[in-house]
Amino acid sequence: MDMALEVAVAAIKIFIVVNVVQLVVAYLIYVERKVIAHAQLRLGPMRVGWHGLLQPIADGLKLFLKEDIVPDKADRVVFVLAPVMVLVPALVVYAVLPFSATFYITQINIGLFFVLAISSLGVFGVVMAGWASNSKYSLLGALRSAAQMLSYEIFLGFSVIGPLMLAGSLNLQEIVHAQRDVWFVFYQPVAFIVFFVAALAETNRAPFDLPEAETELVAGFHTEYSGMKFAFFFLAEYASMMVISTIGIVLFFGGWEGPDFIPLPGFVWYVLKLSVFMFVFIWLRATLPRYRYDQLMRVGWKFMFPLVMLNIFLTGFLKYLFL
Amino acid sequence: MVGVANVSRIDQQSTLHGTEELVINMGPQHPSTHGVLRVILKLDGETVNDLDCDIGYLHRGTEKIGENINYTMFIPYTDRLDYIAAPSNNLAWVTAVEKFFDWEIPMRAQYIRSMVGELSRIASHLLWLATHALDIGAMTVFLWCFREREMVLDLFETAFGGRLTVNAFRLGGLHEDVPEKFLQLTQEFVDIFPSRVDDYETLLTNNRIWLQRTRDVGIISAEDAMDLGLTGPIIRGSGVKWDLRRAKPYAAYPYLDFVVPIGENGDIYDRYLVRIEELRQSTYIIQQCLEQLPGGPASCKTPRTIKPPEGEIYHSIENPKGEFGFYIVSDGTTTPYRVRIRPPSFINLGGLKKLCVGQLVADVVAIIGSIDIVLGECDR
Repeated sequence: MDMALEVAVAAIKIFIVVNVVQLVVAYLIYVERKVIAHAQLRLGPMRVGWHGLLQPIADGLKLFLKEDIVPDKADRVVFVLAPVMVLVPALVVYAVLPFSATFYITQINIGLFFVLAISSLGVFGVVMAGWASNSKYSLLGALRSAAQMLSYEIFLGFSVIGPLMLAGSLNLQEIVHAQRDVWFVFYQPVAFIVFFVAALAETNRAPFDLPEAETELVAGFHTEYSGMKFAFFFLAEYASMMVISTIGIVLFFGGWEGPDFIPLPGFVWYVLKLSVFMFVFIWLRATLPRYRYDQLMRVGWKFMFPLVMLNIFLTGFLKYLFL
Repeated sequence: MVGVANVSRIDQQSTLHGTEELVINMGPQHPSTHGVLRVILKLDGETVNDLDCDIGYLHRGTEKIGENINYTMFIPYTDRLDYIAAPSNNLAWVTAVEKFFDWEIPMRAQYIRSMVGELSRIASHLLWLATHALDIGAMTVFLWCFREREMVLDLFETAFGGRLTVNAFRLGGLHEDVPEKFLQLTQEFVDIFPSRVDDYETLLTNNRIWLQRTRDVGIISAEDAMDLGLTGPIIRGSGVKWDLRRAKPYAAYPYLDFVVPIGENGDIYDRYLVRIEELRQSTYIIQQCLEQLPGGPASCKTPRTIKPPEGEIYHSIENPKGEFGFYIVSDGTTTPYRVRIRPPSFINLGGLKKLCVGQLVADVVAIIGSIDIVLGECDR
C-alpha cells in the first residue's frame, strides 16, 4: 500500500515537473526574444496577446501543424529517433534536481554524477541527427557539436570537483546544506568561471553556438528537421540550459537557500537565482560574436583544462592544511 | 592477437581509400554569401583546400542596355549596380559623361555631389558592418547599424524622393536644388553620428572574440593586392594609400580636407578599422561640405540632346567598395556605342581564392564579409 502511494506521488510529481518544464521552456524562448529585441532596439513579439504573451503557444501550435518532412535520402529510423534522443535525457535529468528543500522528484546519493552521466547522452542524439540527415551541412554541424560537447563535458566534470571536495558528497541536497554559511562561489571562484564557460559550450549557447552557426552551416545538425522534430531540439536546448543553471545554483550559489534576513520560501529563491542565470545566458547571446571552432578547442584544452586542474590541486592542498 | 589484427585491418583501409575532399556548395541561397554568390568549397575537414566562385545569378545585361538608351536615361540603371550606395554610381556615370564636354559644373552641385557621395559611403559601410558582424555572430551590431542607415536613407528621401535607388544626379549638376530641410537634417545626422560609431566600437573593436576571429585571418600583402587589382578598403587595409578621391580628385574633393586611413597587416581586422575610420572621415567631409556649401545654381546649362563627340573615355571614382569606373565609347550619336563598367566587387572577388585557401570554413564567411561585395555590380 505504501509502495503504491509512493509511486503515485512520484508519478504526480513527474507529471507536474515535466509539464511545468515544457511551459517554462516555451516562455523562456519568449523571454529570450524579448530581451534580445530590447538590446537591439526592437520590440520583439507584440501581436499575439498582450505584449506577445501568447506567442509561445502560437509558435507551439504552428510547429505542431507543420508538415513533418523526412528527406528521401535520410536514414528514416535514426532520423526520427534523434530528436527523442536529445530531448529525453534533457528531461530525465530533472528527476534529481532539487527545486526546494521539500520539492524534488527523488533524492539519490550520486545525484551530481547522475546529472553529468545522463546529460552527456544528449550528444548521441546530435550525432545521430547529423548523420541520419545525409546532408553535408548537418554532418559538419554534428561533427562540431560532438567534438565540442565531448571536450567541454570534461571541463564541466572537473570544474564540479572543487565544490564537491568542499561538500564531501555527491548528493545535491547535501551540497546545498554544506553551503548554509558561505556559498561555494566565494571559495571556488575559478571553478565557477570554468563551470560557467563549460556550461555555455555544453548547451551550445553563444559565444560557443558553433554547431548551429547560422551564417556558416545554415542550421547545423538540425538543418533538415522541421515541425515537431525541430521543436524537440529547441525544447531540449532550453531544457538543458535550465538544468545546467540549476546545477550551477546548487554547486555555487547555495541552491534554494537565501540569506536568513530575507524570509522568502526556498522555491522563490531558486526561481530568482535561475532567472539571473537565464538572463546572463541571453545577455551574452545579444552581446558577443562567435568563436571559431579551433579557437574554441584551444580555449578549452590550453587554458581551461590546466586552470581547472590547478584549482583541484589547490583545493585539495588547502583542505588538507586547514580542515 | 585480435587487437593486432584489427589495427592492421584499419591501416589497410586507410591506405586503400585515403581521405576524400568534401565538396560543399555554399550559395547561391546561403545566408552569408550576401546576395547570390555561389562558392564551391573543397574542404579537408574544416580547412579550405580550394574554392571556386560562380557568379552571374544577378546578370541583367546593364552594359548592353547602356548601348540602347541615351546618356541621361542610363542614370537610373546605374542605381541598380551597387544598390547599397546608389548615389555613388550616379556620380561615377555623370562625371564620366561630363568628361566629354567642357561644361562648368556649378560649385554648389559639386559640393552636394560630394556630400551625398559620402552619405552613400556611410550607408554602404553601415550595411557592411551590420552584416559582417552578423556573420561573425554579433547580432546586436546589425540592428544598431540599421538604425543609422535608416537615417541616411531618410536623408536621401528628403533630397531626391527615392530611398534605395535615388537617381540623385543629372548631367551638368542636379535635377533640382536640395531642399533646406535636407541640409538641416544632414547637420543633425552629422552631430549624432560620431557617438554612434563609438557605440559600435565598444561592442567590437576591443572584444577578445572579435579580435581572435579577425586578426591574422584572410591576410593579403600589399604586392598581392596590387597584382590582383584590388581597390578600396581592402588595398588600404594592406597599407597602400590609394584613394581616388585624393589620387584623381573629382566633384568637390580638391577643396575638402580628410585623411585616408590605412592598415598594416592586411587582415580582416585592418579592413574593419579602415572602414570604421572612413565612417568618421566621411562624417567630417559632410560637415565641411555643409559649412562651405556655396550658393548659386545647382546645374549648368546643358544642351537638350546630349551628343558627346566621337571618342572614348574612362573615368572612375572611389566608391565605398573600391574603384568604380565607366569606359564609354561614343560614336557621336545620342546613345553610347559601348558602355563598360569596372565594378570593384567583381575584381575584389577575384582575390577571394587567394584570401581563403588554407583557412577554415568559418573564416570564409568572415572573409567574404570583409571583401564587402554587392552582386548587383559584380554580375551587372
